[in-house]
Amino acid sequence: MSAFRPGRVEAPALAAVWVREWTVFKYYWRTRTFAAIVEPVITLLAFGFGFGKLVSHVEGIPYIQFVGTGAVATAVLFSAVFSSMFDALYKRRYQRVYDAMLAAPVDVDEIVTGESLFLGVRAGLYGVAPLLVAFCFGLRPEPAMVLVPFIGVLTGIGFAALGMWFAAMVSTYDGFSYMISGVITPLFLVAGTFFPLTRMPQWLRSLAQLNPLYHCVELVRHCAFGLDPAADVVHVAALCAFALVAWGLAVWRSRARLIV
Amino acid sequence: MHGVVKRFGDVVAVNGLELEVPAGLCYGLLGPNGAGKSTTMRILTGQALPDGGDIDVLGHRLPRESKLARARMGVCPQESNLDVDLGVRDVLDVFARMYRIPSPARRDAVDRALALAGLEHRARDRAVTLSGGMQRRLLIARALIHEPEIVLLDEPTVGLDPQIRQELWSLIVGLRDQGTTVLMSTHYIEEAERLADRVAIVSAGRVVAEGSPSELIRTHAGREVVDVHASAARLSDLRARAAADGLPTRRSGPALTYLHAESRDGRVPDGVRRSATLEDVFVRLTGDYVE
Repeated sequence: MSAFRPGRVEAPALAAVWVREWTVFKYYWRTRTFAAIVEPVITLLAFGFGFGKLVSHVEGIPYIQFVGTGAVATAVLFSAVFSSMFDALYKRRYQRVYDAMLAAPVDVDEIVTGESLFLGVRAGLYGVAPLLVAFCFGLRPEPAMVLVPFIGVLTGIGFAALGMWFAAMVSTYDGFSYMISGVITPLFLVAGTFFPLTRMPQWLRSLAQLNPLYHCVELVRHCAFGLDPAADVVHVAALCAFALVAWGLAVWRSRARLIV
Repeated sequence: MHGVVKRFGDVVAVNGLELEVPAGLCYGLLGPNGAGKSTTMRILTGQALPDGGDIDVLGHRLPRESKLARARMGVCPQESNLDVDLGVRDVLDVFARMYRIPSPARRDAVDRALALAGLEHRARDRAVTLSGGMQRRLLIARALIHEPEIVLLDEPTVGLDPQIRQELWSLIVGLRDQGTTVLMSTHYIEEAERLADRVAIVSAGRVVAEGSPSELIRTHAGREVVDVHASAARLSDLRARAAADGLPTRRSGPALTYLHAESRDGRVPDGVRRSATLEDVFVRLTGDYVE
């Protein structure tokens, strides 16, 4: 048995949390993957074909390619935040497996870290799906696109942690209405996914700077249509900051819920 | 545990609890619902933080070193918290990792736990498809997967059929016989009487009596007791008179039980004479009525 260091996030505990997630995923990968891939692809096709008839190019990019790159962020957001919100509440309140994990040598920060990492990686991989569809509509593969899954993982970790924070603030699934309508929907719509923010009023553009999803959208587009190193460093930093803050909030509130 | 206090808002769940569990025994926490048994268990795993008092588990100070204590403890909660969607073997394998059993030994540990739960033939089935008794055995096997030095069993047989209770009782005695310390909470008196080497009777968050079941019976109920059956009115009358005479009694549903009957000859009214039980002690010490 490895040495224990109380009060620290320890690798063996993270590995155990990760293996639990992986084991559960092996049972549910079909439904989870179906939802995570089909939904953004349908959104992409609907917007691409629908609006594509009205708008041929945005910022010099064919509209379906514009949306296709933007929808990567949407896929990451939905996969990460919804899984973590609903799963965390289920595991805390209904199945109570968190109780069992906390009775073993696993702490709250290790659960939050392990699960956010797992869901982040998964979301990052699912996020590639819209890009693959966009290839079918003429998007040209670029070397920089290999960075897209990494951007997705970083974004996904933040949103998974955000979902765990949300889950720690509610007692029933109903409570999620506030977060879904009040936070997730605005984040999803005002991220530059479906329309460029450059034509929006200044106040809205400033507000979008606070939207982690906006930074993800920008990074993915830059991977596809040309990197802008100075701006991209800022975008990556913003995503890192978001992930750290969301992680801190998730640990803080989950601990308050689980350790009474 | 020394002077342990735990409040939830205005409610004092644990109120100056003193508890010392000797190694290698089966120790019973006996008390009515709401006496603070489950809270005590959660304090021991660091899942509830005490408002006062000192706690030491296997030489580890809690709550600061609770992770070290948890590594050497197995916990079986009152209500199932199994990963019910997973297969039986996966449930055990996941927790073998949580308890950091290194990979060469993990497979053996899982096999051993499967055998202990008697679920070898169901290893591939999802836990949700198991019967209630099987799920409870799986829960206990999961708590034992890392061969802990102490096992905490919170109401291990609540809501189970008598046959399954017997089965679990033999399992618990077997554990104790192998040298594992068992701390078991229960509100079934029979369970404590049969299994526990020592019992602490808990009421309103504190230990009101402690000892082996036979010591407790001798001290608090005597060797023999007499049950007197009568109408409600006559019972209150008898009770008032007994109190005035200094005779200890307790309510037993439609009867009044006179305790220590062997040493009160002549002063106890006629009734059914029987051996004193732990139930007599329990009701005397925790009150006739549960709120």
